[in-house]
Amino acid sequence: MATLKEDKSHEMGLHEEQLKGRTQQRFFSVDENENLTYFHSFDVDTSKSGTIDALEMTPREINGEIRALMEKGIGNITVDNPMSRHGVGVGILNRLNLTFSDSLGYFGCGLIDGPNVHIKGRVGWSCAENMMAGTVVIDGNAGSTFGAAIRGGDLVCKGSVGARTGIDQKGGTIIVGGKTGAFSGFMMQRGRMIICGDAGMNLGDSMYDGTIYVGGEVEELGVDCVPGEMTELDVRYLTSKLDLYGMKAPKGVEKMQKYVSGKQLWNYDNLEPSEKKLVL
Amino acid sequence: MSTNEETFVVGADGLDTDREQEIGQHIGYRYDVNLVPDLKFITPFLQKYIDKMGWKDLNWLEDVHMGYEGDQAAVFDRNINGWVTIPDTITLPDNQQERDMIARELLIKFQMSENHPMVDLNNAYRKF
Repeated sequence: MATLKEDKSHEMGLHEEQLKGRTQQRFFSVDENENLTYFHSFDVDTSKSGTIDALEMTPREINGEIRALMEKGIGNITVDNPMSRHGVGVGILNRLNLTFSDSLGYFGCGLIDGPNVHIKGRVGWSCAENMMAGTVVIDGNAGSTFGAAIRGGDLVCKGSVGARTGIDQKGGTIIVGGKTGAFSGFMMQRGRMIICGDAGMNLGDSMYDGTIYVGGEVEELGVDCVPGEMTELDVRYLTSKLDLYGMKAPKGVEKMQKYVSGKQLWNYDNLEPSEKKLVL
Repeated sequence: MSTNEETFVVGADGLDTDREQEIGQHIGYRYDVNLVPDLKFITPFLQKYIDKMGWKDLNWLEDVHMGYEGDQAAVFDRNINGWVTIPDTITLPDNQQERDMIARELLIKFQMSENHPMVDLNNAYRKF
């Protein structure tokens, strides 16, 4: 029979902590030091550059080399010849300028928290999935589920993207210079999606919250996705956001359409199932 | 906290829909998640942070807003999946955009602190 292994986390008492009934946590102190990076991150200098030739390397080796350069304090890394390999540039929880000189395969730059990534090519499926913070800019096109479950940061594709863009988006901003495929914004929960071109069928299907801006035509809206009202703040925000990446809405930002949740599918509550039976 | 928010937070009068009245709680988030930030309210600390990170705007902090926990102003920290309450000693302005900027600044100070729970988790579970 398998037994739980006693390890460092047990020694630190993390398994004895009472989790039940702790909805409110008071940790904040006004006396905190003013650190600007995570306590566990590498202290990198963005004026120091390093290059990796990935021609003969496996994805694991590429990721390991990126990490090794960060440990040396190099904050500006270029990866040459990525050869459309899958799963590279992932899990970087550090500030860093990272450039890929050509295309990536699927699951590129996933699970990142902080770096600024530039991909001088195309990307496959699920680029920057679960991204937490930072910027990812793709010069070419992207595959489907672009920015799946993204939670923060700016994810920019200057070309067109496939279906289910920003599926389960929980925050952050996805910007698409061209068209997006069907079911974009599917189950979106918050965050912003800016589509400069056209959007495919079922845009924003089952979205709980968040905002989708479209510069072109929408083939069809999904369930519970409804037109919203553009405000002056929206226009200002869109203008500055697109300017940041040198992009433009074909008909101008003012002519973009805004879409939000109709909130007919909302069913948020934290009652236990037994309590639900009592009230329903 | 403004009077409107106090009503929203403390009293059941703030419950709008029949469904909310029925279950006795609000449905949805504790702030307007779709409110886009107004950069004219950015604080010097936040500016220093985004300069350090090499960004030109608030980046992921666009999704951080001042909410509440119980009857206290609080900010949600996604790294601990919990609300961090704001000390009473901090006076909050009457404008949501300004309050959001304060929430962002306090959250960064908290997340980057050596007292953050993530530091313990990192020490305990980091594999490489």
